[in-house]
Amino acid sequence: MSEFLLDTFEVDPKEMRQAYCDALIKEANVNDKLMVIDVDVSHSVGTGKFYEAFPDRAINCGIMEAHAIGMCAGMSETGLIPFFHAFGVFATRRIFDQIFISCAYQDLNVKIIGADPGVTAQTNGGTHMPFEDLGLMRLIPNATIVEPADSTMYDYIVHAMAEQYGVFYLRTSRRKTVKLYKPGTEFKVGKAMKLFDGKDVCIIACGIMVYEAIRAREILKAEGIDAAVIDMHTIKPLDGEAVLEAARKCGAVVTAENHNKVGGLGSAVCEFLAEKHPVPVERVGVDESFGEVGTQAYLQKRFGLTGEEIARKAKIAIQRKGA
Amino acid sequence: MPSKKKPFDKRETMRTAAEIRKGVIRALEAAGSGHIGGSMSLAEILAVLYTDILNVDPKDPKKRDRDYVVLSKGHCGPALYATLAYKGYFDPSELLTLNQGGTNLPSHCDRLKTTGIDISTGSLGQGLSLATGVALGKKLQGIPGKVFAIVGDGELQEGQNWEAFLFIAHQKVTNLVTVVDNNRRQLDGYTADICDEADLGEKLSAFGFEVRRVDGHDVTALYEAFATAGEGSKPTVVICDTEKGHGCCISEIGGFNHYMPVSQEDAKRAIEDIDRRLEASL
Repeated sequence: MSEFLLDTFEVDPKEMRQAYCDALIKEANVNDKLMVIDVDVSHSVGTGKFYEAFPDRAINCGIMEAHAIGMCAGMSETGLIPFFHAFGVFATRRIFDQIFISCAYQDLNVKIIGADPGVTAQTNGGTHMPFEDLGLMRLIPNATIVEPADSTMYDYIVHAMAEQYGVFYLRTSRRKTVKLYKPGTEFKVGKAMKLFDGKDVCIIACGIMVYEAIRAREILKAEGIDAAVIDMHTIKPLDGEAVLEAARKCGAVVTAENHNKVGGLGSAVCEFLAEKHPVPVERVGVDESFGEVGTQAYLQKRFGLTGEEIARKAKIAIQRKGA
Repeated sequence: MPSKKKPFDKRETMRTAAEIRKGVIRALEAAGSGHIGGSMSLAEILAVLYTDILNVDPKDPKKRDRDYVVLSKGHCGPALYATLAYKGYFDPSELLTLNQGGTNLPSHCDRLKTTGIDISTGSLGQGLSLATGVALGKKLQGIPGKVFAIVGDGELQEGQNWEAFLFIAHQKVTNLVTVVDNNRRQLDGYTADICDEADLGEKLSAFGFEVRRVDGHDVTALYEAFATAGEGSKPTVVICDTEKGHGCCISEIGGFNHYMPVSQEDAKRAIEDIDRRLEASL
């Protein structure tokens, strides 16, 4: 077990969105170019406190994602660093061409925060449940994509987003999440966190599935299987070195993501390993489905996004070794 | 070359418009074809902006306090390239590389390739939002300069423009001037037949804009409309009534003129025609 994990994992009483806004305010105190742009979901994504702290550096555009993201791109041309907030589906799918052409194609500097990834959209249901945003954003040349497992990463990641030039997509839950990392843990964009060593199979996960991966490791351990766990918080650029090391060491990989199996972390890992070091890979993710309403726990079971499913897939991957 | 301070000289500006048209023809002749209709309707608008209005410097194209032009109808890049070449941003011979592999002058405007282009466009409906961001960014940081966003009337069928209009009026982004090249035609025909925008001026006035409406081929009228635009308490929109393909015999036709082949013979005829019209009008 890595030294940066907590001894016990419990639900953080602080909501992700509160921690995110605190990190934004902290960064805005040292970076006067940072702007907050909202599209009438400020209450939902939790940027409200920023408006009190910096009333002149926050704009609520109203319900107009296409205009707002284009405006962010234009603002960045003058040196400002806009952070655009919306639910994940509206922050990506709805405005894909605007992100592609107004932001990325012309090398402008826009930060996109997509709240409520996958099943964390819960009772907002299918219209609000992004299972495809990672796939869309991965198709954008030079975009950076990060999905944190808990709020410990926020201070680091908000600073990194402000410092690093270009289109940056932060896919993040806004609700209470299981706390995994010790305070002060250091992160690096593009550098995976190796949480547990193991020799039989490596589980590579992101977002809420990191905790499920840790649960899967316990399930497998009881059956005498030694699983490694990696938090691949940066989906793009993928930490190929970490994936390669895991594949070489374990000879089998399971990916786990709160996303369609197509286009996201599982795809990225498969694409990489197919070229560099083919080993059996099993993917845990959503199979050819749209979202629906329910609690997160219900939806995780419904779509097979659980530690149990990861463990089941891990055993299949191990069986396939040498086949 | 901060041309803004020079007194308005109608003849010089008309000559610039003719040079822009000729530059477009030379570029399209070299490429074999291109977006001629919408480029021709823009000639006077660009001539007035770059000769008489904008605070820009071809020797220092990225200067911080410059005025910006966002050509949202990005397919009319050739008209802007001809303008920039004539004003000294790059050698006019570059116009002959339009759309050749590796060129700095692609069909649609690209800020990463062309000196003097501030914003890339081509996916219609996005330029006005980008221009709004530039204008607001300037305003918030106290950077001088206006932003002129040129949109096509056909392009206004894209809904994002109307989000932008709501926002610009509500936030009073007054250093942004929206210029409509109202040539009344789109790729497939007349806008009135395809999706009529009816009285655009009335609509934008209701949105909270100060609406100015001018003959978009009359350089004096354009100068008067642009000179004080972006200085009032309401954001300004200048609706320029133009003709698609205007000012050149090969494109001034009733039929399809959005994108046309231009042969050597066409180009020769067109350039002679543009010169003849200029001489007659001076």
